[in-house]
Amino acid sequence: MDAETPRSIAIRFSGVTKQFGTVRAVDDLSLEIVDGEFFSMLGPSGSGKTTCLRMIAGFEQPTAGSITLHDKEMAGVPPYERDVNTVFQDYALFPHMTVEDNIGYGLMIRKAPKAERHKRVQEMLELVRLPDVGKRKPSQLSGGQRQRIALARALINHPAVLLLDEPLGALDLKLRQQMQVELKTIQREVGITFIFVTHDQEEALTMSDRIAVFNAGRIEQVGTPNEIYENPATPFVATFVGTSNVYAGEVALRLSGSEQPFAIRPEKLRLALPDDPTPPDSRSAPGIVHDVVYLGMNTRFLIDLDGGGEAIVIAQNIEHGAAVSAVRGSRVRVIWKQDSERRVQHD
Amino acid sequence: MRSDQPRASWPLKLAAFAVIAFLNFPVLVIFLYAFTTEEAAFTFPPPGLTTTWFGVLFQREDFWRALATSLQVAAIATLVAMALGTLLALALSRTKFFGKEMISLLVLLPIALPGIVTGIALRSSINQYGIPFSMWTIIIGHATFCVVTVYNNAVARLRRSSPSMNEASMDLGATALQTFRYIILPTMATALLAGGLLAFALSFDEIIVTNFTAGPQQQTLPIWIYNQLPRPRDRPVTNVAAIFTILITLPALLVAYRLTRGGDEQA
Repeated sequence: MDAETPRSIAIRFSGVTKQFGTVRAVDDLSLEIVDGEFFSMLGPSGSGKTTCLRMIAGFEQPTAGSITLHDKEMAGVPPYERDVNTVFQDYALFPHMTVEDNIGYGLMIRKAPKAERHKRVQEMLELVRLPDVGKRKPSQLSGGQRQRIALARALINHPAVLLLDEPLGALDLKLRQQMQVELKTIQREVGITFIFVTHDQEEALTMSDRIAVFNAGRIEQVGTPNEIYENPATPFVATFVGTSNVYAGEVALRLSGSEQPFAIRPEKLRLALPDDPTPPDSRSAPGIVHDVVYLGMNTRFLIDLDGGGEAIVIAQNIEHGAAVSAVRGSRVRVIWKQDSERRVQHD
Repeated sequence: MRSDQPRASWPLKLAAFAVIAFLNFPVLVIFLYAFTTEEAAFTFPPPGLTTTWFGVLFQREDFWRALATSLQVAAIATLVAMALGTLLALALSRTKFFGKEMISLLVLLPIALPGIVTGIALRSSINQYGIPFSMWTIIIGHATFCVVTVYNNAVARLRRSSPSMNEASMDLGATALQTFRYIILPTMATALLAGGLLAFALSFDEIIVTNFTAGPQQQTLPIWIYNQLPRPRDRPVTNVAAIFTILITLPALLVAYRLTRGGDEQA
């Protein structure tokens, strides 16, 4: 989609609530997802993100509120009449059909002519870079291949929105990272709105145009990966997306001069000798090294601050060996720039 | 047996052979004495071998009638059981409620209870409703205990298949009916066929419940054989008829076994 084209709203949630018995899985949620964007719903399990996805697909009906697709109310519209397709967590390929028949299922149901079906299936196989597996059965494919076939099957109807429910969860790390890049590339190629559900914050940061962070049936923050990471709105976002040191009350007052809670990323803290001076644009706090964990690319220090509170400090291992020669029990000074403090709302 | 596996000790092998012989010896006897030249007594070894008893049996019109009745009863009872067992398994796979496990037990009861109990229960129910005893009452009786084989196979297959498969089908534009036709039925086909074959075999050689539910005119093959036994002159003919029963039920059992082998399906 061109940058100039005015972007319309693909999916709009207005005050949507979903109640399962006594459990409120989604709680008065409002959200807008723009046409053509790669949108991630990020949150721990049970935070309501998958329920939101299933309500878009039509497998669940909202208890209250409304969901629209291109401004058309979706209440009462069955899954098979929605211009939305899903890539399932377990892929849900049909084991009794060949890969070709799996991918062509949507067209077969729509009674597309055989020649067209064959042509489109082949195009889809090319799109997911598996041109030669059409005659195989799903059981003869690897996990990564199945994942791509599930994607091809969901894309063949060219839906307005593609829903992906933790599709990379079952893959090993290397394959997952490769698929992250590929999914993003495919999304750009086809220009379809992707709504991607994940509990993996790194995955969400890597692929998304925008992220909604879910917690307990509500959205804590919506923003670009950069906004979410650099300016977390709540203590939950600060700690769920990446790692953060979050301080409140008395400790916040001692460290920053204000009782209002603030978060600071571990890589924005720096370790120095106890007597080193604090630059004018920075603040500092003395403490004792409690733990040192060598992580290859960097080293993580856990510091007990004098007067209470802990700080996680991550230092890049630019020189050989640990960046700082601090060991367990060393006295150190933690230094940070004032503008890397982020004020967050109370929970 | 693979050569790298430990071999069983010889007393164990001996015991295994003894059990197999014990289980199958009576069947061998039937085969042997279907060919004996003696009419009434079974002396060992048979004084001579002949195939005349096959000819004698094929002349008997009442045998063919009994065989036809048995085949009809088994076929229709199997179809009824397949429809009911499949629908029940599908219905239960989609819901969760208190006492759901009890239903499996209730389905199992007609076959788990002694046949005589099931038979009496059916007979008094049929009397109660004033239904005349006929081939159809036999079919009703057989269907009650055949449902379980189909149901168990269907449940096992449903448990193994991904629940999101039906959702995927609907998601791709298929209605519930199309999903049933293109996804549910094909993925369950072998399990249903296996259950159906077992049901057929079960119905074909059933005698106790049949006795309680048959009208005076109906004779199934097992009842025909049973009625033959007191007639000493035709004894080898009975054995030939028994061989027919085996020839009809054994392939069904073997195919059912092959269809479900390697899975967790059960009979």
